[in-house]
Amino acid sequence: MNAFLSWIEARIPMMRVANMHAIQYPAPRNMNFWYVFGFLATIVLVNQIITGIWLTMNFVPTSEGAFASVEYIMREIDFGWIIRYMHSTGASAFFIVVYMHMFRGMIYGSYQKPRELLWVFGMFIYLALMAEAFMGYVLPWGQMSYWGAQVIVSLFSAIPVIGPDLVIWIQGDYVISGATLNRFFALHVIALPLVIVILVFLHIIALHEVGSNNPDGVAIKHQKGSLPESEKTPYKIHEYYTDKYDIADDVVPFFPHIVLKDLVAFCVFLFAFCYILFFAPEMGGKFLEHPNFEIANQLKTPEHIFPVWYFTPFYAILKAVPDKLFGVLAMFGAIAALFAMPWIDRGTVKSWRYRCGLHKVNLLLFAVVFIFLGYLGGTPQEAWKIIASQVCTVLYFGFFAALFLYSRNENTKPVPERIPR
Amino acid sequence: MRALVLLLSLWMPAIATAASGSFTLDHAPIDLTDKASLQRGAQVFMNYCSGCHSMQYQRYSRTFEDLGIPEELGSENLQFNGDKPTDYMKRAMPETSAATWFGAAPPDLTLVARVRGADWLYTYLRTFYVDESRPFGVNNKVFPDVGMPHALQPLQGTPRESYEEVMVDGETVKRYVGIQSDGDGALSPDEYDQAVADLVNFLEYTGEPFRLESEKIGKWVLVFIIVLFIFVFLLKKDYWREVH
Repeated sequence: MNAFLSWIEARIPMMRVANMHAIQYPAPRNMNFWYVFGFLATIVLVNQIITGIWLTMNFVPTSEGAFASVEYIMREIDFGWIIRYMHSTGASAFFIVVYMHMFRGMIYGSYQKPRELLWVFGMFIYLALMAEAFMGYVLPWGQMSYWGAQVIVSLFSAIPVIGPDLVIWIQGDYVISGATLNRFFALHVIALPLVIVILVFLHIIALHEVGSNNPDGVAIKHQKGSLPESEKTPYKIHEYYTDKYDIADDVVPFFPHIVLKDLVAFCVFLFAFCYILFFAPEMGGKFLEHPNFEIANQLKTPEHIFPVWYFTPFYAILKAVPDKLFGVLAMFGAIAALFAMPWIDRGTVKSWRYRCGLHKVNLLLFAVVFIFLGYLGGTPQEAWKIIASQVCTVLYFGFFAALFLYSRNENTKPVPERIPR
Repeated sequence: MRALVLLLSLWMPAIATAASGSFTLDHAPIDLTDKASLQRGAQVFMNYCSGCHSMQYQRYSRTFEDLGIPEELGSENLQFNGDKPTDYMKRAMPETSAATWFGAAPPDLTLVARVRGADWLYTYLRTFYVDESRPFGVNNKVFPDVGMPHALQPLQGTPRESYEEVMVDGETVKRYVGIQSDGDGALSPDEYDQAVADLVNFLEYTGEPFRLESEKIGKWVLVFIIVLFIFVFLLKKDYWREVH
């Protein structure tokens, strides 16, 4: 067996890569529950790909056949309903874990130097994920699929000069039609998953180059020769890291320590996931919207049109601005601002544990505003909600403006040299 | 786990959106384990609904099997159009006539309980009332100006809005209290409510025919995850003991 493994190893560096990127990868020992969401996102991605492959085997990507083929999968394929609910619940679960993952990055300053590119890759994943989810939601060809697509695609018509032609180009028709469904299917099952997998690969490579941040924002890699032997980690860490740095006694190896920790979180996550899957797959109309159980009808507009819950914060921002073009700009600006986080935050202290009180308030307020915007964008329009979403839109962008201003000369607490015991 | 399930189910109704407008919906007494009710519901559906409404994603054979109806008995009593038991439950009326007669083809009802919700259906089918201004002579409380005749009228009898007179600020005002039948139907008011409940129960079943199976499997899955959690947690604790 060993001879066989070394025969392989001499030809392709399987074990070396596994050791370097998983088994002997140094991870800070104080990573708390906020640090499990990256792992969970990977699991959900695998779930989406595998269940997606099986769904593709029976899904019919035409306007005549799509809706019926989904019901065929749900009713006639043995356990097809489990596959389908795993995929539909997985879509929402993906955004839950990704939003948690992003907020983790924000509170512990994981976007700051030297992790700017890591953050930017992550944002690109988020962007690709939104496109992937949007196109996936169109595929069952229900009423919300159709009219949701109508609303989102028509956003592009706000672009001056080329807008209207661009919409026709995207749709492949003068209206959302079977042609649109067909191309969204192609993009949803091939193009975007490929993009996402490549971006995830880059995200992980970038992470392992700069190393994981932690709740104290304390560096675990120190300049070569700066640590006495007694302060170095007793664990076996890969030479790739130890050759370049002194690794402090603040780390644990990714395997088995972090893997086991992630598995504990995985069990908790899986419990919630399976509860929804088996007992409440519609999640009260949030994960699978009620009108989407009715086949798409071009002549019948639903009473209320909402995008799925994970888009509603941005939808609320769009609706808060009276002008269509500026609404679209505000919506894309809301995402662009997140991209620019590493440069908006001019502070050098990473974790909110050691930053000023205003920063903590700012972050918490941002989270509340984001959730509230989600509520506003996902419920029927009322007069007070327009004003509320305008206030929240200002607060949303206010978060970034305030961060930019106070982070320059911020009153921070001293950051410890090493992870506190 | 019980507590969690309870907690989750408690806030579920809070986020559910009812597409009912302003009319308060009655609670539908749904019980998918009540096979007698489901069978009666199927009977009402086949006799009063299936002429115009299809159930194009649901097969007769599946329905018979899930509801515990022997196939021969089912074919004889619930199939009227000469279809095979393995066929989908298509409507008797031709597609093109349907659109001509009603303006729009009557919708497929396989998934109607998932679109409208059981409470909406239960209320809707019990709030038709005579309104001579409408083409079919009836209107509806939860779906005003609906284009559907009151198909269950032979069961309910002629339904009329009933009002009571109340004094508001010294003036007599008529206030809507409910629907009252003239009593010319085959069923008493209580029997009619039960028949509608059975029908809605059946529609709830066809919306998600694997609901009970899902919950049966789901319980074991959750138990398995809890056991897995215990082992993983202990293993994690053991490995991390030396770290802190």
